[in-house]
Amino acid sequence: MGVGRVSFGIVVFPGTNCDRDCYYVIRDILNQPVRFIWHKDNDLKGIDCIVLPGGFSYGDYLRAGAIARFSPIMSNVREFAEKGGLVIGICNGFQILTEAGLLPGALGRNKTLRFICRYVNLIIERNDTPFTSEFKNGEIVRMPIAHNEGNYYIDELSKVKNLVVLRYYGENPNGALDNIAGIINERGNVFGLMPHPERCSEKVLGSEDGLRIFKSIVRSL
Amino acid sequence: MRTREELQRISMSLEEYELAKSMLGREPNDLELGMIAVMWSEHCGYKHSKKTLKLFPTTGPYVLQGPGENAGVIKLDEELALAMKMESHNHPSAIEPYQGAATGVGGIVRDILAMGARPIALLDSLRFGLLDNSRTRYLFSGVVSGIAGYGNCIGVPTVGGELAFEKPYTENPLVNVMCIGLLKGKPKSGKAIGVGNSLVLVGASTGRDGIHGATFASLELTSESIERRPAVQAGDPFMEKLLIEAVLEALEKSDAIIGIQDMGAAGITSSSVEMANRGGVGVEIEVTKVPQRERGMTPEEIMLSESQERMLLCVKRGREEEIRPIFEKWGLNFAIIGHVIEEKIVRVKEKDKIVGELPIDLLTEKVPAYDLITREPEKLKELQVIRDIPKIEKYEEIFLRLLGSPNCSSSSWVYEQYDHMVETNTVSIGSGASILRVKGKSYLLGITTDGEGRYCYLDPYLGGMMAVAESARNLVCIGAEPLAITDCLNFGNPEDPEIAWYFVETVKGMSECAKRLNIPVISGNVSFYNESEKYTVYPTPIVGMVGKIESIDIICTPEFKEEGDIIYILGEPGNLGGSLFIEELLGEVKGKPSFDLELEVKLEALLLKAIKGKLIKSAQDVSRGGLAVALAECSIWGNLGIDINIDAEKSIEEILFGEAQPVVIITINPSKEKEIEQFFKDIPIKKIGKVVKNSFTVRINNNKVIDLDVETLKKEWRSGIEKWMK
Repeated sequence: MGVGRVSFGIVVFPGTNCDRDCYYVIRDILNQPVRFIWHKDNDLKGIDCIVLPGGFSYGDYLRAGAIARFSPIMSNVREFAEKGGLVIGICNGFQILTEAGLLPGALGRNKTLRFICRYVNLIIERNDTPFTSEFKNGEIVRMPIAHNEGNYYIDELSKVKNLVVLRYYGENPNGALDNIAGIINERGNVFGLMPHPERCSEKVLGSEDGLRIFKSIVRSL
Repeated sequence: MRTREELQRISMSLEEYELAKSMLGREPNDLELGMIAVMWSEHCGYKHSKKTLKLFPTTGPYVLQGPGENAGVIKLDEELALAMKMESHNHPSAIEPYQGAATGVGGIVRDILAMGARPIALLDSLRFGLLDNSRTRYLFSGVVSGIAGYGNCIGVPTVGGELAFEKPYTENPLVNVMCIGLLKGKPKSGKAIGVGNSLVLVGASTGRDGIHGATFASLELTSESIERRPAVQAGDPFMEKLLIEAVLEALEKSDAIIGIQDMGAAGITSSSVEMANRGGVGVEIEVTKVPQRERGMTPEEIMLSESQERMLLCVKRGREEEIRPIFEKWGLNFAIIGHVIEEKIVRVKEKDKIVGELPIDLLTEKVPAYDLITREPEKLKELQVIRDIPKIEKYEEIFLRLLGSPNCSSSSWVYEQYDHMVETNTVSIGSGASILRVKGKSYLLGITTDGEGRYCYLDPYLGGMMAVAESARNLVCIGAEPLAITDCLNFGNPEDPEIAWYFVETVKGMSECAKRLNIPVISGNVSFYNESEKYTVYPTPIVGMVGKIESIDIICTPEFKEEGDIIYILGEPGNLGGSLFIEELLGEVKGKPSFDLELEVKLEALLLKAIKGKLIKSAQDVSRGGLAVALAECSIWGNLGIDINIDAEKSIEEILFGEAQPVVIITINPSKEKEIEQFFKDIPIKKIGKVVKNSFTVRINNNKVIDLDVETLKKEWRSGIEKWMK
């Protein structure tokens, strides 16, 4: 696996709950260095890729990610991204990135108004990103989703025309505009996605498609 | 002097009041009376169940903690132990389904946390009325979203459980929640020791919510119950998540915490008194030290509040400040509210003034334990007889009706609302027992909950045995060796001799089966008074069971694997007593269920051995809806059909839809026919046919009775619940 050593930093908000899952995949499956970054800390020294994992950052009673964006760590994340560092936001992490304006658009309540946790099919729209180079364009992959608010929306679709990396394939589970499941910023270093790659990175859990996202990151650095 | 009416409001009888008064040697004041009432409530005091529960086997070589603590604990290996517990939240859920169910999850998670374990999975056993009733749909969707809202937020996966819809649960649904957790080293204890050591309240602030929740849960539900909505607590899962992380961090970093206790029913009163009782000490509480979120709370309100997301710690004197920063980091209260005293009393102070003082034993060991007056219901003999079974014209029609009924159909509408994958240990859910891996270990865990009220209603002794046996069988079918039981016993008013009889018979049956299968009961909960003006719930024991699978390569799952595989049944299918088939046709539950304990013991031992020896490709337990429904599930999950013929003397109805137990469907590679028949020669085994591509064909004595395709089955099975919940 991976040529070099890539140092990952996983941001932990008080209500984050997928932090340890990401940690396990990066350390035990991918064999890469990784550490937790408490949301009140600001030491990103030596970090190559920041992971904003899933969960309920501050309980999300208001709107997912709406409070987390004001957390001290987020200004460091912004600075890190501006310098070209890689940032991946998974599920709640994606919601936080849109709330913080690091990614365009917003994520509203699922059209069913219910939480949805299950595997979905996704199509890879762009493999020319640091997060998806291990896939082929047009490839169909399976990953699980688990969210209340994954209904992607943007006022003008043309703004993200070239930024869509992942789309729901076949069935659209949450009502997302244009089946959007994951997008990247213009510069190509900040990526947000609703599916949970860390939940499908081992055969025993039913799929290894997610691991290829982490592997792509390692390969790109 | 108190009036009967005054006492009734706090679920206390005049006789109990007089008894308490004579034990105390004086009139209790209002605060003391409130404390006595909650501790003497059925919910906290187990007055009507204590004696009967002694029947359960509770010990075993790997039991580290049996009943009596916040949860039971078993040893998994030299490093890890597993804590498990199940609890009911029926009454609150009947009044306020979302919060009732949510706080049920919160409470059980804290029980596991109190053992020093990280919660790793939740399961829910739910019972409602029929879905054609709009209030049932309201309760059902409210309970499911409550469980989802709470469980998803705290990051503990909800990986299993089961669900049934029967009329007697219409006004009094059952919400039984089970949690398991993993811990390293010795389990923690909910005890206070060492005079002078501090009692520290951590977590949320205290408000007026849930006052007298414990006494409320010890009354039948009436139309006035709805007015007691304030007795239902409100949950804050975000706070619970913080509490989980803070407690685990504190336990890991410091050994200054001696005891740890969930603060649930009866709030500070029961948690402090229970801790004192376990440690053989007394406690002094100063109520103004309790962080409050409302103004002007009285000592009584503070002592009885059931505000959620709080725990009580016993911390070594002088070392409190070691732990405080951890709780403050997570934004939680850390308040020293009292300390351990030598005299075995609970002393409540408001600043310097003593406002109440009661002996610990008056609130614990001396809570009255009643001998139940039991009487077998007269109507039972009549209920056990099925007179006329209507003539079936088309078996396919009734088969599809059963398969598409909410009691047999897919429960994906429910479990897709639960985050069942967080923590990344979930290997399999949704068919039979759930499977979790344990990171860093070669073994895996199997977990299940089971219990049929219908069977217990018709024959509680047999029904009790079947609840335990079915759980164990479900575990064996996935290749797991059953290790321990936690249970929840849901019944009506135990002061009614017929209900008391049902209760005692059910527990006897469960105990007998648990003893024979060698599975100890290490924790549990009793919920009485599950009745409304119109209905009494079926006597419903829910068994939660955990087992261990040696390694990943011996996992066995129920779905058919490959075309051409040979299908066998183990055991003797038949008997319509208590079946869903009879209920569907006659509109009522009738007949006498049948169960063979001797066969169960043999079957489970052989089946587990066969699975470990990799002789078997799939195994499926036959339960609700009988053989036909069980075969359909194996087909649906495996996306493969069957072509079978069963030679039998029994009627077609009995073979297809009978629910006699134990019966298990297995499939094997055709090359292993001789080996398998030899292997199971000591129990009934019958070859019935083979797995085919996509047609579902069943013949009885060579007469075709079902001829459908798998797609049709899937459609019916998938829409069973969804069609009602659109």
